[in-house]
Amino acid sequence: MELSGAEIVIQALKDEGIEHVFGYPGGAVLHIYDALFKQEAVRHILVRHEQGATHAADGYARSTGKPGVALVTSGPGATNAVTGIATAYLDSIPLVVISGQVSTPVIGSDAFQEVDMVGITRPCVKHNFLVKDVYELADTIKKAFYVATTGRPGPVVVDIPKDITDPNIRIPYKYPEQVSMRSYRPESKGHRGQIKKAVDLMLKAKRPMIYTGGGVVLGHASEQLTRFTRLLNYPITNTLMGLGSYPADDKQFLGMLGMHGTYEANMGMHKCDVLIAIGARFDDRVTGKIATFCPHAKIIHVDVDPASISKTVKVDIPIVGQVKPVLETMIELLEQDKSRSNQDDLKEWWAQIEEWRSMNCLEFDRNSSKIKPQYVIEQLHEVTAGNAFVTSDVGQHQMWAAQYYKFNKPGRWINSGGLGTMGFGLPAAIGVSIANPDAQVACVTGEASILMCIQELATAMQYSTPVKVINLNNRYMGMVRQWQEFSYGSRYSHSYMEALPDFIQLAESFGHIGVRIEKPEDVRPALEEAFAQTQRTVFMDFITDDSENVYPMIEAGKGHHEMRLPPGMTTKRELA
Amino acid sequence: MRHIISVLMENEAGALSRVAGLFSARNFNIESLTVAPTQDPTLSRMTIVTTGNDSVIEQITKQLNKLIDVVKLVDLTDSSYLERELMLVKLYAVGEVRDEVMRLVDIYRCKILDVSPTTLVVEVTGASKKLDSFLSILKKDAVIEVVRSGATGVARGEKALTV
Repeated sequence: MELSGAEIVIQALKDEGIEHVFGYPGGAVLHIYDALFKQEAVRHILVRHEQGATHAADGYARSTGKPGVALVTSGPGATNAVTGIATAYLDSIPLVVISGQVSTPVIGSDAFQEVDMVGITRPCVKHNFLVKDVYELADTIKKAFYVATTGRPGPVVVDIPKDITDPNIRIPYKYPEQVSMRSYRPESKGHRGQIKKAVDLMLKAKRPMIYTGGGVVLGHASEQLTRFTRLLNYPITNTLMGLGSYPADDKQFLGMLGMHGTYEANMGMHKCDVLIAIGARFDDRVTGKIATFCPHAKIIHVDVDPASISKTVKVDIPIVGQVKPVLETMIELLEQDKSRSNQDDLKEWWAQIEEWRSMNCLEFDRNSSKIKPQYVIEQLHEVTAGNAFVTSDVGQHQMWAAQYYKFNKPGRWINSGGLGTMGFGLPAAIGVSIANPDAQVACVTGEASILMCIQELATAMQYSTPVKVINLNNRYMGMVRQWQEFSYGSRYSHSYMEALPDFIQLAESFGHIGVRIEKPEDVRPALEEAFAQTQRTVFMDFITDDSENVYPMIEAGKGHHEMRLPPGMTTKRELA
Repeated sequence: MRHIISVLMENEAGALSRVAGLFSARNFNIESLTVAPTQDPTLSRMTIVTTGNDSVIEQITKQLNKLIDVVKLVDLTDSSYLERELMLVKLYAVGEVRDEVMRLVDIYRCKILDVSPTTLVVEVTGASKKLDSFLSILKKDAVIEVVRSGATGVARGEKALTV
């Protein structure tokens, strides 16, 4: 089969099993767009800004476990994609971003729409390629998918100069069946000796804690984690990225930990004597002050990326390996030897945890005449029976979604945890909806974040993705306002959103349904009505209490045991 | 502590900037860095001299290993090794200074590569410390230019960094 470079790009995507590409055309990728036009296997979703393309591909990837693909032109198309690439990088999401480049003879001449994409993205990709020879194109695309999806996943950029895709140069095409790179061998099941040591240690624990992150979601090991945790009957907490990998309504689940984690999860971390960390990376939002992090604990850490181990927190038993096979080995060892020496210690530990839990740290004022954002999320959970895909932007609304939407399944909670990218939610929701056309998809956002990628409402219209936008409108960049209240003497420097648009008219102008909700009693009916609209995007503008803060909170420089609790809530007796 | 890390990497465009970028992005120290192809033209060998405590060095080696182009690496300072750096020094050398330099050249087993009525170019090879010592003995106002290659190194005995 003889194909041009442009046709090779599309054929390689087909051979890779890619069904959707999110993109935006431009000069350097016109040959590719022409090849795209002449076929039907790969469906192109036209976004309205390249940042949206990468976020949509990202949401697509997170909700399916398959790689997301974005296609952008050179120069500004490429630079617009960078925020989305960095977002995927920080959360280890498998993306392949194909960017156009100016023709090879003019590279380096400051040609029109030229930018050094490989140079710009180097620090925020797992790997990147500049294709300089059409004969290397198919191999390079194969490598890109291989690198993006194996080991610790991540985004890979393939920068393709325009002359490489020239329709007049046709070469024999064969997509490689497999790829082998001597410098990249990511597969690892974990060292059995280390795993044995870890199991011995965890069985001796008096106050154990299981702390797991996005690695369990990415490693498709939710089932194994659940089995492992139930075998041990130990308490478990998830990071922001790990929510859904263990059922949130299970009694062993203590909720999220970290800066806005629950009292019981954070206290459990502080007091535990053995910490079992799985697919989590000891992020600063999780650990708080490193010097007082888990001061009494021996730490076991399972991670596919050796560089994540002992990066910020020194661990006692490192296990480099994919989460799933390591958990399987652990389960096997536990089932061989079910003896736990001290069940009584565990009883005492659970009693302590129940006491912490009884504080009910996520309680909020249910009698307020204003709409409480927490209430909206609770109702969203009920109306969607906990089955929706929930994307979010970044800020208070993100934390409330994480705290109050009880995720029971992995891959349902889709947010920018690492980079914290405002503008992520809407395009990500569109990507999710494209991948899961029959699913309920909610984008929990705020009036500040939503404006950062609002143009994607047009994409939602064009492709009839029935996304439900839950805009928690408090007229502030809420999280900024909260920090300013706590740490800057309530000097709300530039965090008030003046001159907001009328979101109803805005949504309607894009062809969607817009609803404003101003009273608590209208919250549930509005959600029910919105989700009854299975074919339409509904933009719900909830006018919420502008003074509400996210609690608990570990302020900068504080430890897990130094949480700021909701006003009026005080701590009870603590374990000596 | 000073460490010498030898890295075998794919001899591809941009490989050097990946390493250099990693050091600046992650705030690692870099004292010197040399790179050239090996007997296998598809592989480059890079020698990086860096400083840091044990956990920093651990992160440096892990992060380097994580780069897709890096095939293998070794911290030479973990066992016994040989270190060599090459330095060219252009000196303003007339009268007594010239005689002094000639004596030093002998003691340090250097070579004189170029002679003009007023200048000398001296080649010094050895561990970086030896080069530092040679420089420290020279009269400062006699030194016109110093050109150092950065350290390279290899493990002693049968231990080798190969694919």
